[in-house]
Amino acid sequence: MIVKASLDSLKEIKPHEIGMRFLFGGTCTVAAYLIAKHFGPAVGGLFLAFPAIFPASASLIEKHEKEDKAAVGSDGTERGRLAAGLDAAGTAMGCIGLCGFALAMWFGLPHQRAPIVLVEASLAWLVLAVSTWLLRVRHSDS
Amino acid sequence: MEEILIRFLIGGVVVSSFALLGEVFRPKTFAGLFGAAPSIALATLGLTILHRGHAYAAIEARSMLLGAIAFFVYASIVSWVLLRYKTHSLVTTLALMPVWFGVALGLYSLLVRWSA
Repeated sequence: MIVKASLDSLKEIKPHEIGMRFLFGGTCTVAAYLIAKHFGPAVGGLFLAFPAIFPASASLIEKHEKEDKAAVGSDGTERGRLAAGLDAAGTAMGCIGLCGFALAMWFGLPHQRAPIVLVEASLAWLVLAVSTWLLRVRHSDS
Repeated sequence: MEEILIRFLIGGVVVSSFALLGEVFRPKTFAGLFGAAPSIALATLGLTILHRGHAYAAIEARSMLLGAIAFFVYASIVSWVLLRYKTHSLVTTLALMPVWFGVALGLYSLLVRWSA
């Protein structure tokens, strides 16, 4: 399976859809901060991995797929649901990377400078997420 | 108030940037990886380290690991339901949200018991 990147798909996104993600992202970031302030960092930290924009994203993916099919005169309901389901499967694989990010921050912060730990943790997320995806693809191909 | 505004703006920019990055890639399973990008953590941990120090941020990161495990369980169940049943994605993702809260808080209470 080949990974393709196309900036054309960004043209399909409407400004209010970006605005909605901005709003959810900003709100969840503030909520994580306020929860940590009131209940302590141990509770607040849970919300650093809260599925903030997941419901909105899944809904938009389904909507875009439906619109694409409707443009060629077909009913894209089933395809839309399938696309959202596959996206969620990818997100679950990305969560393995998210665990790697959290572990790298947890063990790295007491010993290293903050910018270095942030870069290392981000790389841990990327490597683990992509490796998990590649393993899954190989497993389904065989 | 100023700190809340700064966090809101940084969080909004980082989260929507990762969301847009996910739109660029195909296939869908690969694009989905960006749905679990550490966007809120990247937006907030830098400021937390600056204002509260490394030890405080490390405690947040330890709990974030539990939140990430909960996210994995939640996203896996959402995917399973959407691929097998004819349910609407927004309804499914919202109806299953208690799974994240249940797993995250359950693991947290286990951590508290284990630490005591």
